[in-house]
Amino acid sequence: MKVAVLQFPGSNCDWDAEHAVRDVLGISAHRVWHKDSLPGETEAVIVPGGFSFGDYLRCGAIARFSPITNDLKKFAENGGQVLGICNGFQILCEAGLLPGALIRNECMEFRCLNQSLKVEQSNERFNPTTLGATLSLPIAHGEGNYRVKDSILTEIEDHGLVFLRYLENPNGSMNDIAGLRNREGNVYGMMPHPERAVESYHPSLDGLSVLKAFFAPLLSSRAVELSSKG
Amino acid sequence: MVFVSPKSTVLDPQGAAVEQAMKSLGHSSVKGVRVGKTITFEIGDEDTPQARSKIGELCDGLLCNPVIEDYRYEIIE
Repeated sequence: MKVAVLQFPGSNCDWDAEHAVRDVLGISAHRVWHKDSLPGETEAVIVPGGFSFGDYLRCGAIARFSPITNDLKKFAENGGQVLGICNGFQILCEAGLLPGALIRNECMEFRCLNQSLKVEQSNERFNPTTLGATLSLPIAHGEGNYRVKDSILTEIEDHGLVFLRYLENPNGSMNDIAGLRNREGNVYGMMPHPERAVESYHPSLDGLSVLKAFFAPLLSSRAVELSSKG
Repeated sequence: MVFVSPKSTVLDPQGAAVEQAMKSLGHSSVKGVRVGKTITFEIGDEDTPQARSKIGELCDGLLCNPVIEDYRYEIIE
């Protein structure tokens, strides 16, 4: 086991995430049910998109109380690599692994489209040199409007924690934030779906570079020959 | 009975949409609409400081996200 893709009741991007990691990137990946423990050999975790627990109460609010979320917190606190996508981003915020919260889109509509994104100079893995200046990735959410108090927003910007911004803001998100990491650089959350942009029949292949950047620590330690795709 | 509402400093798209609809209904003076939620439950206790601290724990720990929401509650015996 290398990559664990968490599965909550209502997750619906879990198979896609597993496919992208295992079949496209060639990294061993397995889905792990939310009531099970995180396997000891886990080297990275993806919290996939969907509607965990039906989005009841608030998006991601109930998933925070699943047994696996405790394991996830410990894993992250020990420096483990974590990527939350869409609902996974909402769960990471609810669990306190990333600051802020994602509320209803300002336009009140569910937005489902290929979104243009600007890559920010965030760290050695996520920057315009490794990812390209702009990306096109699918988004599909009703609650992607990132909110946080001003003092924390200033801190986020001062430390370059935003790694992706919307080029035409689809949801009212503060500072056009589409993807955010923690200061330690091991927890990443993003509303766009990289796992839906990895095959030639997908609207773009830009998800590959995002996933490769995320898995860079795993890949470099093993000299895995990456597919030339993308 | 717990009332959870979006923080006054946080934008409330739902409230804005409802406000627009109220205006469409002809009530042009309406403003400041906020949409929250009400959560009712039984706690099996009288109105004691212990019961209140239990409710506070439930609100802070689950029912309300302090980043975006405020809450207040009423105990109905």
